[in-house]
Amino acid sequence: MCALQLKQQAKSYDAVIVGSGAGGGMAAYVLAASGLKVCLLEAGPNYDPAVNSSQMKNAWESPRRGASTKFRPFGDFDGCYWGWEIEGEPYTQGPNSNWEWWRARMVGGRTNHWGRISLRFGPDDFKRKSIDGLGDDWPIGYDDVKPYYDKIDRLIGIFGTNENFYNAPDGIFLPPPKPRLHELFIKRAAVNIGIPVIPSRLSILTKPINKDRGACFYCAQCNRSCKVYADFSSSSVLIKPAIETGNVDLITNAMVREVILDRDGLAKGVSYVNKEDMQEYEVHGRTVILAASACESARLMLNSKSTKYPNGIGNSSGVVGKYLHDSTGADMGGIIPELFDRKRYNEDGVGGLHVYTPWWLDNKKLDFPRGYHIEYGGGFGMPVYGFNWGIEKLNGTFNIKGQQKEYGGYGASLKQDYRHLFGAHVGMAGRGEGIAREDNFCEIDNDVVDKFGIPVLKFHTSWSDYEINQAKHMKETFKEILHSMGAVVTWGGDDGPENNYGLHNPGNIIHEAGTVRMGNNPKTSVLNKYSQSHDVKNLFCVDGGQFVSQADKNITWTILALSMRASEYIISEMKKNNL
Amino acid sequence: MNRRESIKALVITSVAAGTIASACNTNPKKSEEKKALGTGPDRMSEEKLHEQKIAEEENFFTVDEMASIAILADIIIPKDDVSGSATDANVPEFIEYIVKDMPKHQVPMRGGLRWLDVRCLKKFNKSFKMCDGSQRMLVIDEIAYPKKAKPEVLQGVNFFSLMRNLTATGFYTTEMGYKDIGYMGNVPNQWNGVPDDVLKQYGLSYTEKELKECISFDS
Repeated sequence: MCALQLKQQAKSYDAVIVGSGAGGGMAAYVLAASGLKVCLLEAGPNYDPAVNSSQMKNAWESPRRGASTKFRPFGDFDGCYWGWEIEGEPYTQGPNSNWEWWRARMVGGRTNHWGRISLRFGPDDFKRKSIDGLGDDWPIGYDDVKPYYDKIDRLIGIFGTNENFYNAPDGIFLPPPKPRLHELFIKRAAVNIGIPVIPSRLSILTKPINKDRGACFYCAQCNRSCKVYADFSSSSVLIKPAIETGNVDLITNAMVREVILDRDGLAKGVSYVNKEDMQEYEVHGRTVILAASACESARLMLNSKSTKYPNGIGNSSGVVGKYLHDSTGADMGGIIPELFDRKRYNEDGVGGLHVYTPWWLDNKKLDFPRGYHIEYGGGFGMPVYGFNWGIEKLNGTFNIKGQQKEYGGYGASLKQDYRHLFGAHVGMAGRGEGIAREDNFCEIDNDVVDKFGIPVLKFHTSWSDYEINQAKHMKETFKEILHSMGAVVTWGGDDGPENNYGLHNPGNIIHEAGTVRMGNNPKTSVLNKYSQSHDVKNLFCVDGGQFVSQADKNITWTILALSMRASEYIISEMKKNNL
Repeated sequence: MNRRESIKALVITSVAAGTIASACNTNPKKSEEKKALGTGPDRMSEEKLHEQKIAEEENFFTVDEMASIAILADIIIPKDDVSGSATDANVPEFIEYIVKDMPKHQVPMRGGLRWLDVRCLKKFNKSFKMCDGSQRMLVIDEIAYPKKAKPEVLQGVNFFSLMRNLTATGFYTTEMGYKDIGYMGNVPNQWNGVPDDVLKQYGLSYTEKELKECISFDS
């Protein structure tokens, strides 16, 4: 190894973007398309779904048959490098905190494997404090964001249907796929008890939208990333065309250490460690755009301390790291005996659900303030590691071909049980809105650094009764739906107050947001309504950090919309010489 | 990109990956690495090191343990008129790999096999492997049915459940297993909805709204 020294890139950029997921990818795409020179820094290696995806591999092509590892917690074929833990990059917890932090390290970040559930926030989602008095209103409303949702629907492509639900706004949709068999069962059962079930809204191309991307060929493997770019990944849909403009220098394996300042207290660029040669580098730009994920962006700001900004850059409010929140989650599953010994056919469909349930009730009549949506699963999935696990708790429950079986067993009779049960499973997952609270936060751990010497985050998070009551309601709803379709609950049915009704740990749903929130008041928010730092006008944050509240929606479509909006603002401010 | 082009792109990328892998296959070390990585999934550099490490490890199970695993696997998944047996599908080799990859299974498997041998030793003065078929089945029947089993053999029940689960998951994740269970996916296609005869069987139909709004393809 050569002697440690600081190296400066000679070239200066219009924008230095940290992170290449949804937020960073969109910023790079918009800025590069307008002719601005962009340096895009990514902490992981390069990744192109056309080259790297494990799409269409069969289970036996993985020696562990698709089982998960610490490198790929969602399985050997999954399209995400790293996850809950990264070698040499720890994080710590305060007392009683059990935050789970997913970190992707690769070009495109976790958009390479995400569920493609692409929901717009509704008008109410920007004004929750006005409705229930909790948290804060956003400084913007649906009308401010709607034009960007529209542009993104067209640019990226999404299927769905216009249903005229006030708070689950319609969009510009490609046709959705028809429901699968278990989804028709779910729909019939749920609608019978007053729960709406409508086509899902996923950013998957059921029809081609341009010459660069193919249409879906229904392999159900969006989580592996798509070789023909038929779904949205930042790597394939944003970063690839951004680089093709010639205006983007992508630097991979660049772990950003801090934002550096010029003499006027503006952001001058960032310093980073190059993971390949382990040397320290600096890159400079007119603007610095953070998109490293809600918690990494907060960490970066908190670690960027100076005489001028002793609490971290852009943190005169002390709000950076606070209001950390994730979607709530609780799940349940069962077996539909009517589906035993189903006729076999290929029902892979798109990667994920063909139908879902948007929030349908009035919280004023409930003991929790915010809603949830329901995602559904089931059917003939590809057998991978874990397939047919746990039969000893299952086969004795049912009458199989006229025979009451004993739990467990072996031999030809057992093989018959496996065949009998295949494709009869159904599962449901509630994904809801928790309250963004000041006392749910991350901060710099004063005692611990990662292997690059960068101080790490310490988390302090807990659930309140609002989220716990919501999980209880989810479980009651799932039982009703399963009961209504004649299913037998096989998992997730025994949760109670002792385990918060199966409510997942905060962070586990991987929709973390809120740590660098926007607002009109610089004393209580970090960013203004254009995702721009109140304190440092050429510093922006365009990931989930800027969210004031989470909504009962997955946040990616809104990250994309806000990043596009911030990027257009940057272009316009540069033209006016304000940046 | 139209459908034909995109399927072509898909085939080309898979073939190209294979060609590159074999073109690089010039020195013996690379060849070993290729064996460890197989035709397997995409690997980042840390994963390549991990696979290489597993490939270089000594066998975990002894010859006697592997023999018992093979016997047990074929008791759990024997050949029948639909498909072959667990050993036909190389399930013991899968189990040998997976305990290296998931060390949490090592002690339960080693200890469970030993428990089984000791049980047989006490009953028949022979190890499980050395017992004859009917002797083996007497012991297996004690531990194969969790709800019926006597309290003193619960450790054996837990071992047999683990063995059953590893065997089943190892078997049904092979080509033979896919065919047995009837998994027909993982091929490019155009999803046109549930087949008509299946809809009819369950008294279901698509609504006019669905038929109008959803994508459909000429069959």
